Amino acid sequence: MSPTPFLVLSAILFTIGGAGVLLRRNALVAFMSVELMLNAANLAFVTFARMHGNLHGQIVAFFVMVVAAAEVVVGLAIIVTIFRTRRSASVDDASLLKL
Amino acid sequence: MSTYSALTAAVTTQAEEHGQAVAEATGVFSWTWLLIAIPLLGAAILLLGGRRTNSVGHLIGTAASSLSFVVGVVLFFAMLGEGATERAFTVPLWEWFNAGGYEVQVSLLLDQLSMAFVLLITGVGSLIHVYSIGYMEHDENRRRFFGYLNLFVAAMLLLVLAADYLILFIGWEGVGLASYLLIGFWQHKPSAAVAAKKAFIVNRVGDMGMILAISSMLAVFGSSAFDVVFASADGASTGWLTAIGLFLLLGACGKSAQFPLQSWLLDAMEGPTPVSALIHAATMVTAGVYLIVRSAAIYDLAPDARTAVVIVGTITLLMGAIIGCAKDDIKKALAGSTMSQIGYMMLAAGLGPAGYAFAIFHLITHGFFKANMFLGAGSVMHGMNDEVDMRKYGGLRVAMPVTFATFAMGYLAIIGIPPFAGYFSKDRIIEAALAENWVIGACAILGAGITAFYMTRVMLMTFFGSRRWKQSQPPHESPPVMTIPLIVLAVLSVVGGAGLLYVSAGIVEWLAPVTGEEHHDLPIPLAAIIAITLATVLAGIAIAWGMYGRKPIREDVPAGNPLTVAARRDLYGDAFNEAVLMRPGQYLTRSLVYVENRGVDGAVVGTATAIGGLSSRLRRWQTGFVRSYALTMLAGAGFVVVAMLLVRLP
Amino acid sequence: MTFPWLTTLIALPALGAVLTALVPAGRGTLAKQVALAFSLITLIVGGLITSHYLFDLDLGVEAERYEWIPEIGASWALDVNGISLALIALTVVSTPIIALAMWREAEAEKRDPKPFFALLLAVEALTLVAFASRDVLLFYLVFEAMLIPLYFLIGMYGGPQRRYAAVKFLLYNLAGGLLMLAAVIGLYVQSIDAGSATFFLPDLVALDIDVTTQRWLFLGFMIAFAIKAPLWPFHTWLPDAVAEATPSNAALLTGVADKVGTFGMIALALPLFPDASREFAPVIVTLAVISIIYGALLAIGQTDMKRLIGYTSISHFGFIVLGVFALTGEAAAGATLYMINHGLSTIALFVVVGFMIARRGSRQVGDYGGVQKPAPKLAGVFLFAALSGLALPPLSTFVSEFLVISGTFLRYREAAIVATLGIVLAALYMLWLYQRTMTGPVRPEVEKTPDLRRREIAIATPLVGLILLIGFFPKPLVDVIDEAVAPTLVEVDADRPEPLAPVAEVDGDDDNEGTDQ
Repeated sequence: MSPTPFLVLSAILFTIGGAGVLLRRNALVAFMSVELMLNAANLAFVTFARMHGNLHGQIVAFFVMVVAAAEVVVGLAIIVTIFRTRRSASVDDASLLKL
Repeated sequence: MSTYSALTAAVTTQAEEHGQAVAEATGVFSWTWLLIAIPLLGAAILLLGGRRTNSVGHLIGTAASSLSFVVGVVLFFAMLGEGATERAFTVPLWEWFNAGGYEVQVSLLLDQLSMAFVLLITGVGSLIHVYSIGYMEHDENRRRFFGYLNLFVAAMLLLVLAADYLILFIGWEGVGLASYLLIGFWQHKPSAAVAAKKAFIVNRVGDMGMILAISSMLAVFGSSAFDVVFASADGASTGWLTAIGLFLLLGACGKSAQFPLQSWLLDAMEGPTPVSALIHAATMVTAGVYLIVRSAAIYDLAPDARTAVVIVGTITLLMGAIIGCAKDDIKKALAGSTMSQIGYMMLAAGLGPAGYAFAIFHLITHGFFKANMFLGAGSVMHGMNDEVDMRKYGGLRVAMPVTFATFAMGYLAIIGIPPFAGYFSKDRIIEAALAENWVIGACAILGAGITAFYMTRVMLMTFFGSRRWKQSQPPHESPPVMTIPLIVLAVLSVVGGAGLLYVSAGIVEWLAPVTGEEHHDLPIPLAAIIAITLATVLAGIAIAWGMYGRKPIREDVPAGNPLTVAARRDLYGDAFNEAVLMRPGQYLTRSLVYVENRGVDGAVVGTATAIGGLSSRLRRWQTGFVRSYALTMLAGAGFVVVAMLLVRLP
Repeated sequence: MTFPWLTTLIALPALGAVLTALVPAGRGTLAKQVALAFSLITLIVGGLITSHYLFDLDLGVEAERYEWIPEIGASWALDVNGISLALIALTVVSTPIIALAMWREAEAEKRDPKPFFALLLAVEALTLVAFASRDVLLFYLVFEAMLIPLYFLIGMYGGPQRRYAAVKFLLYNLAGGLLMLAAVIGLYVQSIDAGSATFFLPDLVALDIDVTTQRWLFLGFMIAFAIKAPLWPFHTWLPDAVAEATPSNAALLTGVADKVGTFGMIALALPLFPDASREFAPVIVTLAVISIIYGALLAIGQTDMKRLIGYTSISHFGFIVLGVFALTGEAAAGATLYMINHGLSTIALFVVVGFMIARRGSRQVGDYGGVQKPAPKLAGVFLFAALSGLALPPLSTFVSEFLVISGTFLRYREAAIVATLGIVLAALYMLWLYQRTMTGPVRPEVEKTPDLRRREIAIATPLVGLILLIGFFPKPLVDVIDEAVAPTLVEVDADRPEPLAPVAEVDGDDDNEGTDQ
């Protein structure tokens, strides 16, 4: 089985995710795009694990999923809090983190 | 000075002939350290004892000094009991330090030369202590004054008794400190404080010479102990010996107020008068002469350095005399005279073995008569409510008969009327100078004439003429505690010269084992020299009488001719220092402060500011927009990928 | 196993610092007493160690070495030789004096005295480690760690610009420390190349490093030390720091802590990099001479007393560095002795200025005048300190200054002659300061100046006594220093300048056959 289709799919997903992060203003959408990028990476890891016939890539994928879950918890909490205080979910509005 | 080469040849044989053995002290001589320890202890008691010793301070001080004199006399007679060339003793005390092979021993050397100084310092010193009891009676800090005087005596004795140049330098600085403290004794007067500081700093310039001289000795001989240096001197190159001689001369110029470091002495008259008598006339200022005579072994082999000593002495003797002519302040007139007389001693010391003994001889007689006259001036001031302007004196011989009589003895001695002390000592110097070089000799004779002029002027303005004082109570004679030292010194001014020269073998023979001796051929008969000198002196007196004796003295200061004006301003010595050293120095300091703040520190602060500025520029990149950060990350990731591909391609 | 004297010496002030910090808040006096007690116990232990070497008192003091990080060859290695012994003695003597001097300084600013005293002991402990350590990594660590307590001491107490001064001090010294870190690592790599990874100083000294590497490593160490010492043109942090710090902190900083810089030069830079030292010596001698004259001239131009003393220290540090790099036995021994004497004399000066500031509340020279009349003892101590600052014989500073000048003269004549100018300038700045503050008509503001109190006399007496004692009897101290300096110079391979003239044999011990005069 050739790994190429999987890798191509992974690349497409990653590109979609990256474009989403760069272009969309809505924080939730940007967030989902990040998840998409992470999952694209997971797909590539799993593919390579399969290709090499060992479990290393699978393990990393699990790690990524755990981190992604943690990130979602924290990230969503922040987004909700920002939305509550500013009535907006646009990432461009939250530009206070500068001197 | 072509005669020098011949002279040097003569000297090398002299050194062998007149060398004397130096033995380690035994018996009474091993107590030499007491000479220094007693006044030092006195100083410690008086300065640390606080107010408790206020009531007896002056007695402790005087007792310490006198006790030291007694020890000196005992040692002197013990020394007389030794053979003529077995009178040098070393007293090793403790090892000071030994660093990198440079070893310095704290040890004393008591020989004929230092003995002469010991007696002068403790003798005249004790008389001045006694005098000060009366003079400083009403001063609230009299105890401190005596403490400083004792400190001075101790330091001066260390100076003349040291057996190592570095130990000598301790005494050298010690007397400088005592002089600083005593000139500035009345600290509440800004002029006194400034004069004290000036004296110290000018002396420090001389100290540079001392330090470099000792450093050179270390470089050349590996030691600064007298015995090593003197014994190895003839192995050193003439260049180095000349350098050492010139460095020592610089030191001597500072301490002895010789040209070009003379400017501090006139200001030093801000100190109490006994200080002027003891430190700035009789003892401390002659330390330079002692230094040069002590370093005979070096100067004997460095004719160029000796020439420099002679020139410095000659310039100063004329300069001091001219300044003395124009001063209306009695103490400053005497200070100018001191400069001039020390110029004579320097001149004599620069003549080599032919003059060393005469330099010391004149130094001692000068110690007698100049201390006498300074104390006399102090007595006058004491009676005149501390007035120092001679234009406000006049006719004091009636009001102060004892002061007048004693002052007159000093006067006759300094101008060199036979048989007073100065005649013997000064004429010997003039003879030696003439034998050496007629220009120098002529200057010395001219100096004698000017001396006669200004001293006559002082006499006439102070003790003769109309009474120009206006105080309600007439001036009174000083109490016996002040007049007795005056009388003793006056007697010494009369008989001191002949006594030192002719009693027993005389001072020249006494000093010969240390300094060597040499007889010179006079270019003209001795009688002619004496006659010429006396004629010059009488001319000086006559001119002074014509100017100040015949006509009344004006109370305001006349304009005077340019020379008088120059002399009043110390021949522009201060103006020179101010223009050449002080103002550029101030400018340099100010500009350096500017350079420091703007340049050196500016570079440091500038670096910090530049980094701060750069970071505030870079900060603009931090827009706060998440998406632009994401774009930057993407670009960065892309860059990394491209870089990796590029590296892997080949 | 013998008693670990050196570790004890270091542990005592460290323990004292912790205990002082643990004193409950509001018990300021108790904190002071604890700190003073510990500094005094340290003084006793330090005194015993010193007398072991100075007067051959056999206490069994010996080198200590315990493993610390064996993987990289770092160890807790302590030892003393004459150089470090002298500086340890200075540190243990100075700390109680400074503790007494800062007794009321914190209260004057309504601040808690506790951290003040805890930090003082911390500085003492770190300084002692620096002087005793025989491990380059350990030395580097304390060299840097010392900055922390000093930073807080300068920044927390003192004048209005103290934060600026503290940050400047910290950044400047950290920059130097960074270069030194690089050099320490470089040195370590050299030891790995030579076969065994170590930071142990004697092993590193035995390494044979090629000249090019030596140059770079030397520069790394030297710049750090030159900043610490401080040497022109790396000095500008010092005047700010001492002007803004309290007088006793300024005394601690210049009198004790900065000696680590000059100590590093003679104890590390010279033996580690002998070839580079010889090569760079003329450059450093030049900088030292510039320091001497420049510092003195700037001192003359100051109107702030503490700044003025700061600049005099730059001048004096110039003398120390000059002595170290003249590479003669006389100069190096003089320089080491100078470190102690400069410490004592600067502490005396700062302490007396502190007395004056405590009375008048100003550090400007122009605010004083005629203080001698109401407060003669104060003036007397001030004059004494000033005289020791201008190296008047036989005060202790003279011996060292003279040895430096004459030792330098043996090798660098011009440098020595120019340096001699420094003694004239020293007289000028010291006596002018004395004249402007103490003499002249009494200013109305200082008319009621009280004279020295008992605590102040207790501070001044040991300083005066030591300056006199070392001045009159420097021999024991000079001997141990000389013993330590000689091998260092052998390491550097500096040839000793021999006397130029054939020196005549002089005897006179027991026979009366003397020499010609």
